[in-house]
Amino acid sequence: MRKVAIYGKGGIGKSTTTQNTVAGLVEMGRKIMVVGCDPKADSTRLLLGGLAQKSVLDTLREEGEDVELEDIRKAGYGGTWCVESGGPEPGVGCAGRGIITSINMLESLGAYEESEALDYAFYDVLGDVVCGGFAMPIRDGKAEEIYIVVSGEMMAMYAANNISKGIVKFAQSGTVRLGGLICNSRAVDNEAEMIEEFAKKLGTKMIYFVPRNNDVQRAEINRKTVIEWKPEVDQADAYRGLAKAIDENKDFVIPTPLEIEELEALLMQYGLMEAV
Amino acid sequence: MATATKKKMVQWDPADVKAELLKKYPPKVARKRAKQIMINEALENTTPEITANVRTTPGIITMRGCTYAGCKGVIMGPTRDIVNLVHGPIGCSFYAWLTRRNQTDPGPDGENYINYCFSTDMQEQDIIFGGEKKLTAAIQEAYDLFHPKSIAVFATCPVGLIGDDIHTVAARMKEKFGDCNVYAFSCEGYKGVSQSAGHHIANNQVFRHIVGENDEVKPGKFKINLLGEYNIGGDGFEIDRIFKKCGITCISTFSGNATYDQFASAHTADLNAVMCHRSINYVADMLETKYGIPWIKVNFIGAESTAKSLRKIAEYFGDKKLIATVEKVIAEEMPEVEAIAAEVRTRTAGKTAMMFVGASRAHHYQGLFNEMGMKTIAAGYEFAHRDDYEGRQVIPDLKLDADSRNIEELEVEADATRFKPRKTIKEIEALEKAGYKFKHYAGIIPDMDKGTLIIDDLNQYEAEKLVEIMKPDIFCAGIKEKFSIQKTGVPMKQLHSYDSGGPYAGFKGAINFYQEIDRLVGSKVWSYMKAPWQKDLQLSASYNWE
Repeated sequence: MRKVAIYGKGGIGKSTTTQNTVAGLVEMGRKIMVVGCDPKADSTRLLLGGLAQKSVLDTLREEGEDVELEDIRKAGYGGTWCVESGGPEPGVGCAGRGIITSINMLESLGAYEESEALDYAFYDVLGDVVCGGFAMPIRDGKAEEIYIVVSGEMMAMYAANNISKGIVKFAQSGTVRLGGLICNSRAVDNEAEMIEEFAKKLGTKMIYFVPRNNDVQRAEINRKTVIEWKPEVDQADAYRGLAKAIDENKDFVIPTPLEIEELEALLMQYGLMEAV
Repeated sequence: MATATKKKMVQWDPADVKAELLKKYPPKVARKRAKQIMINEALENTTPEITANVRTTPGIITMRGCTYAGCKGVIMGPTRDIVNLVHGPIGCSFYAWLTRRNQTDPGPDGENYINYCFSTDMQEQDIIFGGEKKLTAAIQEAYDLFHPKSIAVFATCPVGLIGDDIHTVAARMKEKFGDCNVYAFSCEGYKGVSQSAGHHIANNQVFRHIVGENDEVKPGKFKINLLGEYNIGGDGFEIDRIFKKCGITCISTFSGNATYDQFASAHTADLNAVMCHRSINYVADMLETKYGIPWIKVNFIGAESTAKSLRKIAEYFGDKKLIATVEKVIAEEMPEVEAIAAEVRTRTAGKTAMMFVGASRAHHYQGLFNEMGMKTIAAGYEFAHRDDYEGRQVIPDLKLDADSRNIEELEVEADATRFKPRKTIKEIEALEKAGYKFKHYAGIIPDMDKGTLIIDDLNQYEAEKLVEIMKPDIFCAGIKEKFSIQKTGVPMKQLHSYDSGGPYAGFKGAINFYQEIDRLVGSKVWSYMKAPWQKDLQLSASYNWE
């Protein structure tokens, strides 16, 4: 089983990219479990056709200790297992501790057992690596491959660089590696070239360039992945391409994060910032 | 015996002891500790500087407690009619449950929650989803069950980490109840460098939420507050007995055997007598600024100090009848005390003591030992600041570090309607001219002999080393140190909770203390701590068939 975590700046399109890619992998015949690590519990909406999932933490709270695997995972598109960790409302409690609790619960209930015959476990993780709880998937080998969703916008690249620092920290003591950058295009100038160069400096590669296309939005309104909604559109092929790239990927590295000056120089070089 | 003790002393030069204590440390730690270990010198007009109230180096097993312990355990723990509700996991709550031996007298109203343990018992799901709802429910439950005058909420570490807004919850419940004052303390254990921060947080909230709530003028001619007396082992009861005998009315004690109403009426007293300088001197300052009540330092530990403090209070009021009553009480009480001291001294004179406790006890108890002819050869505080060692004159020079800034400092100004100077400037000046000292505390250093050791924030390693080298006849600290010291064959007396003894304050307390210490240092049991073969490695025996 390959254990994959998707990180990236908030709002960059992690959940959308993850679910559409998972749909592509499903078409290839892979068995997948998607674990949403976001208190909003919206990481499996497209695979389930709506926000129909009761989160692990809500279940734990209501059922007490007597929880079974079937209570916390739901079959979605193409037999994908969908799990939402869940968490507190904004501004209270500790969401990080919640993620730790739910991943431990999944483990103890045997969600990762060989009998489940999973090819992939995908973790869709909230925003930046803000604290210990959000680093949980990359700690203790819960996830071994990290893909960072990024765009040519400056703050997205900052975030990607920071996440790389987190990976370095955990790579030294564990098995986690960076699998590559997924460019989720915002249609900025020289975007693909810049992300390719950024990836090279990080010691990895841009594994795929997902073009900007309104079909993604249309599919989302229909609560479906693009592949399920309209399998024939160009964007469906784009996600198939990303799924294939991940499925075939064998380059896993410990990244070499950039100094801030280096990152800004890169942005300047590609014409986003004016030289002082 | 006296000569034997002296012999022990000359074997060690204090500088050698200090060097020995520091020898094991890495250079950086040794440099820091060196500033906290002082060999007392007799200097002219000035005291040497000691480092205090700084972070303990990680890895050192400190004697200190946490901020939550200082707030909930020390300051609010002794209050009897306030429901003290701990917001946190049950482990933290257990240690808030009467682990200090604060005694209380439920009084005619019988309202007493001191023997209860109130906790929100936070579970993992409360950490994840936030504990505010559970806290609200717990406050409601306590109110429904007991209808107390007041409920206090204490934050433990996880509450601070997850950001529960305990103050808003408390304010909302106070408004809802209407007849119950609810307030909260952000006293998470990790704040500050020691329990001292917790004292400060507790006192600030008491001042902000309770003091001044009841303007009713209580009967009594000579009204004082006793600040920084926690009624361990009944100390407060003995002091109250003496006050009553002298005709002095104690409006409020902070916070031994205290009630909500005592705090609420504190501003109606005419003098603040401060026992524990460290835990409460800032409250005395605030009471003076806001209400015009002057403060003096007192000490009711030791018969001499008790007499001195009573005379000081009487002199403040300047009433001839009060002065005469005080003299009469002292004359009545002292003969018994002196007779027992004299008898005990025949066995205890020349013996030595070490004290590492609190931030006033290590100073105050030296008086009792002096009365028994015993010498304090090393002493120090767990959580004191420099002024408790060197005297209040250093306060303007204290460096405000990040840890101190983290603890709120209340801005207080004169109350618009209730500020009333208890003495005119002329009266104060006249008293001062006659040698009377307001707001004065000279610290522990001037009262200790030249060549004695004064050590801040002593730790387990140094304690054992000190005992090993200097072999005191008795060692005084807290429960954490008790058994490791006793294993070395030195008797140990807890001066936080008095083991199972007390009271030790006032006149009757002094007698208790003399007898207890006499029993401890004279006991033969400590000489049996080592088995015969540990003392004499040469064993001889014979096989019985030979």
